[in-house]
Amino acid sequence: MTERANNGTDRPRPVRLSPASMGTVGLALLPAIAAALFLATLLPTIATGETVRLAVPWAPSMDVEFSFLIDGLSLTFGLLISVICIIILTYSSAYLAGHAHFNRFFLYLSLFMLGMLGLVLADNLITLFVFWEVTTITSYLLIGYDHASAKARRCALQALLVTGAGGLVLLAGFIMLGNAAGSYELSEILASGDLIRAHPHYGAILTLILVGAFTKSAQVPFHFWLPNAMAAPTPVSAFLHSATMVKAGIYLLARMHPVLSGTDAWIWTLTIFGAVTAIFASLVAIRQTDLKMMLAYTTVMALGTLTMFLGAEATVAVAAAVTFLIVHSLYKAALFLVVGNIDYSTGTREIGQLGGLARVMPITLFIATASALSMAGFPPFLGFIGKELKYEGALAIASEPVVVATTAVIASALMVGVAGIVALLPFYGKRTSTPKPPIEVPIRMWIGPLLLAVAGLAFGLAPALVADTLVQPAVASILGRPETVKLALWHGINVPLALSILTFSLGVAIYFGHWRLRKILAAIDARMISGDEVYDRCLHGLRWIAAFQTDWIQVGLLRRYIAVIFAVLALSVGATLVLRDAIALPDRWPDLALAEWGAAALVFAATIVVVISSSRLMAMTALGAVGVGVALLFLLFGAPDVAITQLLVESLVVILVAVVLLRLPHFSAVESARRWSRRRDAALALGTGTVVALVLLAVTQTPFDRSLTVFFEENSVPAAFGRNIVNVILVDFRALDTFGEIAVVAVAALAAYAVLKARPASGDGS
Amino acid sequence: MNSVILSAATRILVSLMLVFSLFMLLRGHNEPGGGFIGGLLAATGYALYAIAHGAAAARRALRMDPRMIAMIGLGVALVAGLLAAVAGDAFLTGLWWFAGADGDSKGLPISTVLMFDIGVYLVVIGAVLTFVFALEEGD
Repeated sequence: MTERANNGTDRPRPVRLSPASMGTVGLALLPAIAAALFLATLLPTIATGETVRLAVPWAPSMDVEFSFLIDGLSLTFGLLISVICIIILTYSSAYLAGHAHFNRFFLYLSLFMLGMLGLVLADNLITLFVFWEVTTITSYLLIGYDHASAKARRCALQALLVTGAGGLVLLAGFIMLGNAAGSYELSEILASGDLIRAHPHYGAILTLILVGAFTKSAQVPFHFWLPNAMAAPTPVSAFLHSATMVKAGIYLLARMHPVLSGTDAWIWTLTIFGAVTAIFASLVAIRQTDLKMMLAYTTVMALGTLTMFLGAEATVAVAAAVTFLIVHSLYKAALFLVVGNIDYSTGTREIGQLGGLARVMPITLFIATASALSMAGFPPFLGFIGKELKYEGALAIASEPVVVATTAVIASALMVGVAGIVALLPFYGKRTSTPKPPIEVPIRMWIGPLLLAVAGLAFGLAPALVADTLVQPAVASILGRPETVKLALWHGINVPLALSILTFSLGVAIYFGHWRLRKILAAIDARMISGDEVYDRCLHGLRWIAAFQTDWIQVGLLRRYIAVIFAVLALSVGATLVLRDAIALPDRWPDLALAEWGAAALVFAATIVVVISSSRLMAMTALGAVGVGVALLFLLFGAPDVAITQLLVESLVVILVAVVLLRLPHFSAVESARRWSRRRDAALALGTGTVVALVLLAVTQTPFDRSLTVFFEENSVPAAFGRNIVNVILVDFRALDTFGEIAVVAVAALAAYAVLKARPASGDGS
Repeated sequence: MNSVILSAATRILVSLMLVFSLFMLLRGHNEPGGGFIGGLLAATGYALYAIAHGAAAARRALRMDPRMIAMIGLGVALVAGLLAAVAGDAFLTGLWWFAGADGDSKGLPISTVLMFDIGVYLVVIGAVLTFVFALEEGD
């Protein structure tokens, strides 16, 4: 119900911060304020229609730059992100005061903000993708912030899996787009829209990028993770899952608009998915009883509306999308924080348990009312202008004005209803008993949302403040051509105004009938299969497949693994040898000295002993003798270092195996007595041995390239002051390889230690 | 393992092996040997000791957790490589200093290459003994 740490106590927590916590908050605020100021200084430049590109060389040898592009679109997003981040950080410093993981929260939130800023400002597709994933991961950490709760963990993982999968699809789309355009720099791609639309891969690029955008922006059928993400602390929901991160998909659609839009596929996909999402989500929103869930679904509805309008080409439709984007960020963040305030103050978010808070929480009431009026689209709030523009934009869409306009009216009417529920029900009516006695929240928790609410009013009264500086440049960058956009409160008596009046009437009816409507919707909802259930089934299926194939492949028997490894080696290498006709047998017996024959005979005899021995100790020692024979051969052919190493390794292996031997069952106990299994093993051993021997014979008959040897012989002493070439190569010429190897050796030892020391108590780990 | 012969022989053998392992380590740059071989020798010595006297005694004789030795070795090798950065060279470039070199005498060669080899030596000892002791102690 509530995600705060001290559920048990019935009084609000202390808001005073320790100096260290204040330092944390200050440190987190620093980048947000710096970004906001920096972007604000660019406002005049961008308003004239210019773009700013910043680039730092990253890997100059590969012509990769760390490049950023600031135009109307990215500036609008960047300012929203940084300003709302400042408000959220201020708010959280009181909301989470005294939380055990207070510092961690601010780290995650700052990281998220930087990721989000990078995402909207990136000029390079790969940079954009990296920041996209940064927001996915930080979102995971923030949703699962209350990690002791199983629900929070599940919801965090769900958000990660859905948006992460979408991210991978997006990466594929980006790579195809980059290849088609011949550049990964957005500033270059944006200029080649006609080329991309005519490209044979256009359909694939569009599909992949849309899947990425739709998962991130919670379009039906990928919407289910967003309401679940409300397991996050409320300020996180306000910031990530309403004002910024879920809009990353919208940003991507807007960014790609000049490149991908205009085709039937674009128009219809965006319109249909957006419309379905908007209607579906606004119906489900009314069905909720938890204020936060209600807001979560209206967010999904807003995302659907934005998607729907970005499907269009008409200037006014795109202007409607941009204006609505700004309006929505302002009022929705404020409303989420209002719900946070109510929850903080009373300990519940259930509308059935709330009422009569107006007298106790006057400031929160004021914020709630102002934001809800903007959400419902009453004049003179910016929301009204946004709504009028939506209707005007819907009517301006040539292909399907009726669909879009109807959707917009239905969704807006339901929003009026939700606005009423959120702003009126908790504050008026009879005082109810709540888990905690309500109080007004501290200043840090109302100053931010108050600013947002007032901004919604101020921009409504003076729309030119946002029209010239943000909306017009953003529309110009989305459409890829200079545009003039004028926002005004009064448009005269026309069709949009009539639709507005219709919306209000419907909305008021919905508000008064919401109990009955909820019952009907709940009945329908109970019969429908939810995306959440599908997700669960998919995850269950995945686990089943994993368990099945693990049982099948990972049998846990070392001898089975070794058999598989050798069989694959023998078959693949043997087949290659035959197919490539690479078998090359020597035409005469080699001319060997007696000592060399002796070593070979030792190896051969010891091998025979290994095979026929019935005692494991005997077999092991004989195998050691094989190693010694090989070491002898190394010595005879002038490789003393290799020979010494071989000898030492053989000795160590014998020691290790001797230690382990005492604990293993006898040969006969594990080995199947059946004759065919012995035969199978013999065939495997002979086959592998033959293949390896054939490879060696083939290799030794190819002419030997001595250039490396010559280099080392010539340079060993003058360049590396060493006469032992093997050692000089190990520690000087190829020292990086050696460093990698010793790192692997150390890690392998640690892993082996972990496996040996942490066996299950049942003792069945073999 | 309770064998009088083994435990008596081990006393002498192990010290000899340890000295010999240092000898192999230091001469490695010019004669057969080096950090890897030296490390294997020393590890074999301690493994022998562990078999004769038990893993606990071997741990005491080693005085330090073998995992720690491996990590220190890795650190030494890393520092040896990074020292080149001080001189402005690429990572792992060998730096040489001939102590007391004058005219005929080449002096005593000291180098980051040797330091790197000592790192290898320590990693091999640490890694092998981590494994041997864990096996010895397992039940």
